[in-house]
Amino acid sequence: MLSRTADNLFWIARYLERAETTARLLEVGARIALIPSAGHGYRSEWESLLHASGTADGFKAKYGDPVQRNIESYMFFDRDNPSSVVSCLERARENARIVRTALTGQVWDALNTAYQELRALERKPRSEIELTELTEWVVRQTAMVRGAMDSTLLRNDGYHFLNLGSALERADNTARLIDVKYFVLLPSVDLVGSELDNYQWQTLLRALSAHRAFHWAYGGEITAAKIADFLILNRQSPRSLIASAEAAMAHLDALGRIYHHSGPAQRRARAIVGDLAETRVSDIFNEGLHEFLTRFIREVGVVSSFVHDGYLSGEARCS
Amino acid sequence: MTQYFNEMYEGDAVRAPYAGLESWIRSMPAELRQMKQAEAEALFRRIGITFAVYGEGGDPDRLIPFDMFPRVFAQDEWRKLDRGVKQRARALNAFLRDVYGRGEIVRAGRIPARLVYQNEAYEHAVSGFTPPRGIYSHIVGVDLVRTGPDEFFVLEDNCRTPSGVSYMLENREIMMRMFPQLFRENRIAPVDGYAELLRRTLASVAPEKCDRAPTIAILTPGHFNSAYYEHSFLADLMGVELVEAADLFVEGGFVWMRTTEGPKKLDVIYRRIDDAFLDPLCFRPDSMLGVPGLMDVYRSGGVTIASAPGAGVADDKAIYTFVPEMVRFYLDEEPILQNVPTWQCGKADDLKYVLDNLGELVVKEVHGSGGYGMLVGPKSTKDQIEAFRAKIEMDPDNYIAQPTLALSTTPTFVEEGIAPRHVDLRPYCLVGEQVSLVPGGLTRVALTEGSLVVNSSQGGGVKDTWVLAE
Repeated sequence: MLSRTADNLFWIARYLERAETTARLLEVGARIALIPSAGHGYRSEWESLLHASGTADGFKAKYGDPVQRNIESYMFFDRDNPSSVVSCLERARENARIVRTALTGQVWDALNTAYQELRALERKPRSEIELTELTEWVVRQTAMVRGAMDSTLLRNDGYHFLNLGSALERADNTARLIDVKYFVLLPSVDLVGSELDNYQWQTLLRALSAHRAFHWAYGGEITAAKIADFLILNRQSPRSLIASAEAAMAHLDALGRIYHHSGPAQRRARAIVGDLAETRVSDIFNEGLHEFLTRFIREVGVVSSFVHDGYLSGEARCS
Repeated sequence: MTQYFNEMYEGDAVRAPYAGLESWIRSMPAELRQMKQAEAEALFRRIGITFAVYGEGGDPDRLIPFDMFPRVFAQDEWRKLDRGVKQRARALNAFLRDVYGRGEIVRAGRIPARLVYQNEAYEHAVSGFTPPRGIYSHIVGVDLVRTGPDEFFVLEDNCRTPSGVSYMLENREIMMRMFPQLFRENRIAPVDGYAELLRRTLASVAPEKCDRAPTIAILTPGHFNSAYYEHSFLADLMGVELVEAADLFVEGGFVWMRTTEGPKKLDVIYRRIDDAFLDPLCFRPDSMLGVPGLMDVYRSGGVTIASAPGAGVADDKAIYTFVPEMVRFYLDEEPILQNVPTWQCGKADDLKYVLDNLGELVVKEVHGSGGYGMLVGPKSTKDQIEAFRAKIEMDPDNYIAQPTLALSTTPTFVEEGIAPRHVDLRPYCLVGEQVSLVPGGLTRVALTEGSLVVNSSQGGGVKDTWVLAE
């Protein structure tokens, strides 16, 4: 397959996943904002969202103070924000247009329909749209595209590049979503374990559509330790770090089998999975949640750059 | 007043090829028609076929209006077109082989040397080189108009990269989806073999150095190009890669694609970019586009480029006048399709005639396309004609003139119902080991009442084109 085609496929999946995460982040923000502030100074929950999505500086430059309305616009509709839902879906669709030949009609149809609906949404006055309507719309559209991919695509190298993009982006994004917690609670360590703390953890579960799943898996009292275990170390949880990392490893291994050649990307992915498999929640809290997540995000970034060098840049000479 | 040939009605009588459409029209009240039209548009948008015909520019996300009323040819009408188009495609290729070789037609005094060798489209870089099977133009688009039951004229030839064939295929797809009963009731020759024919044509001209099943790719300028949809559509139908110049590199006398498994050798390139952007080392040292070294590989027989660099000299408007001459000279046959009589404003006698009769003529720029920069005498005001006169006098070499043809009309759906509108036709002839033509083509229709300009940039639309099977 052309390196450029593989690159486009890889990024279609990443953009889709990112659009979904941005929508989920907005959902977290909206829910956290519904409870009374714990009185810990100026630090607004909304601002923490911007930090978690890595868009705080861009927002400040454009709007200044974090007002909910502006944040919603910035994160959903703003083309100046590369992580906004509109930016991501537009680029996913443009990438798909470029590699139409590597996709089925159904996948293109799902992506293109999402794009056309998005353009219609943009024309609607903002006051007529509820935020939840928007976030639910995104989650529904990405699910449809993913469904079309899953049920119609040939299981060739292109399929694995798509899913590899999904897995790496999801690993990165779930880590960032969990990290929102760090930014929200940063100023007051004594709040850890409080009512508010647990409420915020639950909100995170909801945003990941994992609220019910959590209860099925654990039952009983909701504690920070259980939730962290569920979102980071539990293979049953589809967006957990370990599930995402294992998915990335599986698709990398599949590529290795197809091409009869494995490289540094495969080795690094295996190391991440091995590391997570040995980790306990207590280890994470001992290291510091934020420190642990930062290290994980960096590791995922290393795998991505190996994938780029080995497959997507066109410099591969390993045939 | 000019009488226009209506392809469906002869007075009140319906001409035979259209007989099968009569009951269909009656079964289509205005509301149903509007619904179907909206459905068709939604289908086009969903497929993402937004496209401008080559050289016309414009918004890449724009839809060309699709008219649901098909244009129909009877088998015997088509047989003549089929023979005529193939004859022309063979003659044009013979001409190219000749002028990049010994130049017999020039030596014989049948075409002035100046028009060939000083032509901007003549590539001195490939002079003396003969591509595989001696074929230069593998896809020849011949633009035809009709003025009577048996009168067809060639408006121009397209020997480089004629576009629009995706419309021929998609128009048919959409008609079959929306009106399956029409296809049950009428015996309509299929066009969907085109992609396979194209693939076979390209495979048949693989370079000598290729010793296995050839690897074929379509070379596109990229997704910002207005015809990108067509490039990707054809690549998909043929099952070949769609590459950009940056995906290719030259090494060891061959062209390679950058793939996830390392370099893969490429044998046949169906390019949809202009000569000037093929190879910066050969054509445009200032250009960052293209594949450096590609032309060296081409000239040493390491890769085939379709259409061949330099093929454009055969479809130049100044050369056009001589195509009937080519048919006689190379094939020793009489031309089946006629040229439109053409006056070269560069010649003193012709110029005088043109300036004296501007009100009746169509005047075009020699290198113009897309319906821009032309004068349709009978449809223009006095002021427009005088303004154009000044332009011609300033640079007569740049203009040719033709009589205003009474283009045929076919019934077309318009606001008020059904009305005759003028049409042209572009069939796509494939030249490889064999010369082949699928029964059909792209019919363009001037949707504005009375307009003779079918270009989409000037309010033109497209129709499905039927050839009835025997």
